[in-house]
Amino acid sequence: MNKYYIFFALGVIMYISSCQTTRFPQGEAAYLAYCASCHMEDGKGLKTLIPPLAQADYLQKNSEDLACIIRNGLRAPIVVNGQAYDQPMAGIPNLSDVDINNILNYIKNAWGNDYGTIKLSEVQAQLEGCK
Amino acid sequence: MTTFKYLVLLFAIGAIAACETGNTLSDDGKALPILGERDYENGDTIYHKVPDFSFVNQDSNIVNNETFKDKIYVVDFFFTSCPTICPKVKQQMLRVHDRFKSNDKVYLLSHSIDTKRDTVAKLKKYASALDVKSDKWHFVTGDKDQIYDMADNYFIAAQEDPEAPEGFDHSGRLILVDKDRHIRAFCEGTDPESVDKFMLDIDKLLNE
Ligand code: HEC
Repeated sequence: MNKYYIFFALGVIMYISSCQTTRFPQGEAAYLAYCASCHMEDGKGLKTLIPPLAQADYLQKNSEDLACIIRNGLRAPIVVNGQAYDQPMAGIPNLSDVDINNILNYIKNAWGNDYGTIKLSEVQAQLEGCK
Repeated sequence: MTTFKYLVLLFAIGAIAACETGNTLSDDGKALPILGERDYENGDTIYHKVPDFSFVNQDSNIVNNETFKDKIYVVDFFFTSCPTICPKVKQQMLRVHDRFKSNDKVYLLSHSIDTKRDTVAKLKKYASALDVKSDKWHFVTGDKDQIYDMADNYFIAAQEDPEAPEGFDHSGRLILVDKDRHIRAFCEGTDPESVDKFMLDIDKLLNE
């Protein structure tokens, strides 16, 4: 009997790990379309060319700047989790305020991130203040 | 109880099948073909051959056919400010790099198609960020027409296109060139499974 429980447990683990659904399906879809080509599906980035979003202290420390980074890009040396990065990221101007809101909620909570959620009004306030 | 057993098994299988990508790799043991058009001359076959080229790499050194004498090499085309497929292709090129790191018969050659903006200094920075060196992986720039001409010769689509993101349109194909300058295999550099198979092709070529 025991081995069937093992199968069952295995099934459950595989089901959860490989078919995990997100709380933010719209954000995930937009992330996959606009960000994953660089930051990768797993949010880990690429070496020191592209910084990670998964478990990235930058997201937490600079939560006020994230909407503007998506819209206008980022062209300054930065440090993420103690590692320096300095390749430019182009802005993605054709994403609407709502798209940006969805993407932010997705990346703040994907890959084990637990950086809370953000409201549309807050996103719009950030966008108003972009430099 | 038996029904429970079957249900459990069924569930486990279902969970596996649901997330399986379903693509198994086959190694048919056949030699790699020589790709491209061929001509016949005096009863002999002339295969498509990579022509002479000369570019400059991230360390300002000349890279030409001599660089790859008696070696095999993997080719791709990219540009450093590419917002679309390039980082994914580079991630896969890195897998090829890491797998053949200690094999001095295998090299990598990445051509920038943005010859105006991708200076040697930019290529150097890019290569360093990937943590790779020019004794294994060359990032080259050079005469624009010659780069695009080489893309044609490697059967890789590349063109300037003001409508495309950041002004360039190109495919993420990887090409395998043998020591006789023949093209022997290719894969889609955005697709890890295609690259798995491509690496088996490299093994095969090394065994020739
Ligand atoms: C063309 C590749 C590319 C694309 C596409 C891209 N990024 Fe970036 N991103 C970068 C690079 C490179 C940096 C580092 C910028 C720097 O050092 O100035 C970066 C930095 C960041 C940062 C700050 C650093 C960090 O890792 O926390 C965030 C947040 C970010 N990107 C989010 C996004 C989101 C969200 C999207 C999709 C809407 C996106 N990026 C699309 C390349 C890209």
